[in-house]
Amino acid sequence: MNNRIWMTTFLMILCAGIQAQSDKYISAMREKVAMMEQTNSFEGWQQLANGFERIAEAEKKQWHPYYYASLCRVMSGYMLGNGRMGGFADKSDPEADKAEELLAKAVAIHGEDSETWCIRKMIATLRMSADPMNRFQTLGPKAVEALEMAKKLDPSNPRIYLLEGQDRFFTPEQFGGNKAEAKKLFEECLLKFDAFRPATAIDPQWGRSQANYFLTQFK
Amino acid sequence: MTKWVLALAMILFTCVLRAQVSVEGQVRDPRMRPIAGASVGIRDSYDGATTDSTGRFQFITSEKGNRVLQVSVIGYRKFEQQMEIRDLQITLDITLKEEVSELKAVVISAGTFEASDKKKGTVLTPIDIVTTASGNGDVTGALKSLPGAQQVGESEGLFVRGGTAQESKTFIDGTLVNNFFYSSVPNIAQRGRFSPFIFKGTVFSTGGYSALYGQALSSALILESIDIPEQSSANLGVTLLSLSGGYQHLSRNKKSSFGFNYGYSDLSLAFALIPQRQEYTQVPVYHNADANIRIMTSKTGILKYYGTFSNNKLAFFTPSIDTLGYLSGFTLKNTNMYHNLSWRENLGKGWRINAGASYSNNHDEISSGIFNQEKQEVLLGGLEFRNYGLDRKGIYVNGKLVLEKRIRGLNTLRFGGEYNYSEDQSDFSFWNGQVFPVAVRERLKSVFAETDVYITNALAAKIGGRYEHSDLLDRDNIAPRISLAYKTGKAGQASLAYGVFYQNPEPRYFPVPVPLRFSKASHYIVQYQRVTSLQTFRTEVFYKKYDDLIKTSLNGAQEIATSTEGFGDARGFELFWRDKKTIRNLDYWISYSYLDTERDFLNFPSAIQPSFAARHTASLVLKKFVTGWKMNVNGSYNYASGRPYYFILYNAQSGKNEFVDRGETIDYHNISFALNYLPSIGKKNPKMFAVYVLSVSNVFNFQQVFGYEYSYNGYRKEAIVPPSRMFVFLGAFLSFGVDRTEDVINNNL
Repeated sequence: MNNRIWMTTFLMILCAGIQAQSDKYISAMREKVAMMEQTNSFEGWQQLANGFERIAEAEKKQWHPYYYASLCRVMSGYMLGNGRMGGFADKSDPEADKAEELLAKAVAIHGEDSETWCIRKMIATLRMSADPMNRFQTLGPKAVEALEMAKKLDPSNPRIYLLEGQDRFFTPEQFGGNKAEAKKLFEECLLKFDAFRPATAIDPQWGRSQANYFLTQFK
Repeated sequence: MTKWVLALAMILFTCVLRAQVSVEGQVRDPRMRPIAGASVGIRDSYDGATTDSTGRFQFITSEKGNRVLQVSVIGYRKFEQQMEIRDLQITLDITLKEEVSELKAVVISAGTFEASDKKKGTVLTPIDIVTTASGNGDVTGALKSLPGAQQVGESEGLFVRGGTAQESKTFIDGTLVNNFFYSSVPNIAQRGRFSPFIFKGTVFSTGGYSALYGQALSSALILESIDIPEQSSANLGVTLLSLSGGYQHLSRNKKSSFGFNYGYSDLSLAFALIPQRQEYTQVPVYHNADANIRIMTSKTGILKYYGTFSNNKLAFFTPSIDTLGYLSGFTLKNTNMYHNLSWRENLGKGWRINAGASYSNNHDEISSGIFNQEKQEVLLGGLEFRNYGLDRKGIYVNGKLVLEKRIRGLNTLRFGGEYNYSEDQSDFSFWNGQVFPVAVRERLKSVFAETDVYITNALAAKIGGRYEHSDLLDRDNIAPRISLAYKTGKAGQASLAYGVFYQNPEPRYFPVPVPLRFSKASHYIVQYQRVTSLQTFRTEVFYKKYDDLIKTSLNGAQEIATSTEGFGDARGFELFWRDKKTIRNLDYWISYSYLDTERDFLNFPSAIQPSFAARHTASLVLKKFVTGWKMNVNGSYNYASGRPYYFILYNAQSGKNEFVDRGETIDYHNISFALNYLPSIGKKNPKMFAVYVLSVSNVFNFQQVFGYEYSYNGYRKEAIVPPSRMFVFLGAFLSFGVDRTEDVINNNL
C-alpha cells in the first residue's frame, strides 16, 4: 500500500512537472505571440526576437520559437528602413542574415510550409528594400517566387494576401504598385482570416490587424 | 501518513527553490560604450532580457544553482559565463568583444576601386559601369571618371598615375587578357572587346595591388564574370551602329546554363550622320560571336567557360602631313579569338580553389602608305618608310591556380602559381617588298603567396610576395607587396600600401642587341576613406618610382631598344566624393587627381612630363532615376589640364636626341549625357524587358586637342583631335524572359 502511495505521488509530481514544463512553454509562447500585436519599434522587435530565440535554444525541438524569432528579426529589419527606400543595407543585412539562420533551424525541425515561404519572401523584400537600385533585378523575382511557393502549398494562408497587398501598396505605381489591387488583396486576406483556424494557439496567426490597418488607409 | 508529509515537504521545498532572483547589469564593448539590443539569458532557460540603449538589462529568474549566463548580439562574439544563482540579486558588468567579421572589419582598400554589389565598402556597383554618361558603355569608360586615370582620347587603355596604357593589365576570372582592346588605329581610341554586361564585379587598382597579379607596372583591372543567370532569356539589340541577338538558357534545376550571342556592327550609318575627320574607304565593320557555359559543380562551386570570336576591318585616308596634296592611307583587319575556362570550389575545412586558363589568338593585318589624289599608292623619295605592311600573329596561353585557406576568422592564406606563354610573330614588309620577320616567344612562370591578417576588426594587414622568372629575359624578380588598414572610427579608415611591380618590355622591342631587364615600379600609397551607405569620401597620396624603363633609338625608320636605363617618378594626390544623400534622388560623384610626373624613357632626351600625363584631371558624374518617366538620366563632365607635346629628333652632330619643338595643348573639356528609358519597369510579369538608350558625348561641341602630330622633318604639325567633335548613340535593347517560375515551384515541391 505504502509503495503504491509513493508511486502515485511520484508519478503525480513527475506529471505535474512535465505538465508545468509544457504549460510553461505554451504560456511563454502565447504571451510573446500576443505581444507581437502591440510591437511597432526596432527595440520592441529585437526584444521579442531575443525572447523567442532564448525559448528556441532552451527547447531545441520546437520549430515555433525559431519561426517567430526569424519573423521578429525581419520585422526589426523593416523598422530600420523606416519607410526609406535604400541606403540601409549595412544595418539591415545582418538582421536578414540572422533571420535566415533562424528560419533554417525552424525548417530543419518542421520542414518547409506555406508559412516558412512567407518568411523567405519577407527576407528577400527586406534585402531588396535596403538597396533597390542594385537588388531589384535579382531579389524581386526571388520574393515573387517565394510567395508563389507559399500559395502553392496553402492558398488559404491569409498572410500571403497581406504580403502581396503590402507589395502593391508600397511599390510606386511606375514600378507596378497599384492601390486598388492592394485594397482587393487586403480584403481577400480578411476573407481568408474568417475561414482560418490556427492548428494550435501558438501556430502562425498574425496579420489580421495589419490588413485592417491597411484598409483604413483607403478611407 | 508520514510519507504524505514527506511528499508535501518536498513540494514545498521545490517552491522554495523556485524563489526568484533578479539579475541585472550592463553590457558594454571594450571601450566602455553601451551595447543595445543584446540578448542576456540563462542557458537552457527562457529567462533573460534585452539590453536597452544604455546597455542595461534586468530580469527575474527562478533558476537556481550553477548556471551559464549567455550574452549574444549581432556583431559581437558570444559571451558565456558560469554563474551561481544563490543571492536574491545579482549584478553583472559584461564586456563583449567585437566579432572579426567581413561586415565590420576594416577593408584593405589602398589603391583600389571596387564595383560590386556583394561586398561592403565598395565605391561603385556594376550598374555604375554601364550608366556613367562619359563611359559610352565601355568597361574602361566609366573608370576614367575615377581618380588616378587620365582622359587620354587618342588611344585606348588606362593611363594610371603617370603610367602608359601598356602598364595597365586586365584579368578576367583571374587570368590575364592579352588583347583586351580592339587593335590600335592611329589617333583613334578603340573600345574594349568585352561587353560590360558580362561582368558582375570590377576591381580597378590604381596601385599597390595584390601579389596574385603581376606584369603591370601601374594598374590592374580585375574583372569577374557573371555566374548562372536568373532565368532563360533571348535578347535583341538594334542600335545606330549594330544589330545583335542572343539566347541564354537556364536549366530546369537552375544548376547550369549556356548561351550565345552574335553581333554585327557597321558604322556606315553613324558616319553618314556624323561626319568623320577620316575619309573611309572601308567603314569599320565588326562581327562578334560569343558563347558561355556555366555549371554549378556543387553548392559552392562553379565551372565557367566564356569564349569570343571577332573579326573586324577598316580602311581610311587622311591628308598626309608629310607632303601636301597626298593622302596617308591606313587599313586594318583583325581576327581575334579568346577562350576562358575557370573553376572555383570550396574544398572543405576552409580550403578554397580558384583555377583558370585562357587561350587567345590574335591576327592583325595592317598596311600603311602614301597615296595620290586618285588613291593610288605612291612611293615618294625620302618618305618610302611611310609605306609598309605588318602582319602580326599572337598566340597566348595563360594558366593560374590559387589555393586559399581560411585560418580562424577572416585570416586567410593564399598561394599559387601562374604560367603565361606568348608567341608573337610579326612580319614587317618594307616598301621595297623586303620582309623582316620577327618571332618572340616568352614563357613567364610565377609563384606567389599572400596572407590577410586581421589583428582586430580595426587593424588588418595583407602581406604578400611574388616571384617571376622570364625565359625571354632570362631573369628573375621578387616583388614584395604590403598593405595595412586601420579603422579610425565607425566609417573612417586609414590605409597604407607598398609594393614592387615588374613588367617585361613589350614584345615589339625584341629581338634586342643588348640584354634587357624587367622594368620596375615601386608604389607608396597613403589613403584615408570614410564610407557610409550613402556617402563616400576618399583621398590618396602616392609616390611611385620607376626604374629600368626601356630606352630606344632609331635604326633607320625602326625604333629599337638600346637599354633599360630609363627611369622616372610620379607623385600626386587624389580626391573622391560620392553622395546619394544631400540632394534627394540624385547620385553624384566628383573626382580630382593631381599628378606630378617626369620620366626618361624611349627616345626622351631627358626626364620630362610625358605627353599622356595631365597635371590636373577632374570629373563630375551625375545619375538620377526619374521614376515618373521610368528613365535614368546620366550626365558627366570630364576635365583635364593641357598636356605637353614634343617633337624629338636625333641630332647627328651632337649624337643625341633633341627637342625640335614642344608645347602644351589646350585644356580638355567634355560634357556628355545619356538617357536610359526602361518602360518595362513595374509591369507585372513582363514578357519583354526593354531598354532604350540615347547618349551624346561632347554635347557642347568643345574643341578637344589630344596632342600634336609632326611631319617626318618637323616642319609641319597638326592637332590630334577626335574623329568627330560630338558623337550620338541611339539604341534599343530588348530582352525576352522565359518565365520558369512554374518549373522552379514544381522542382521545389
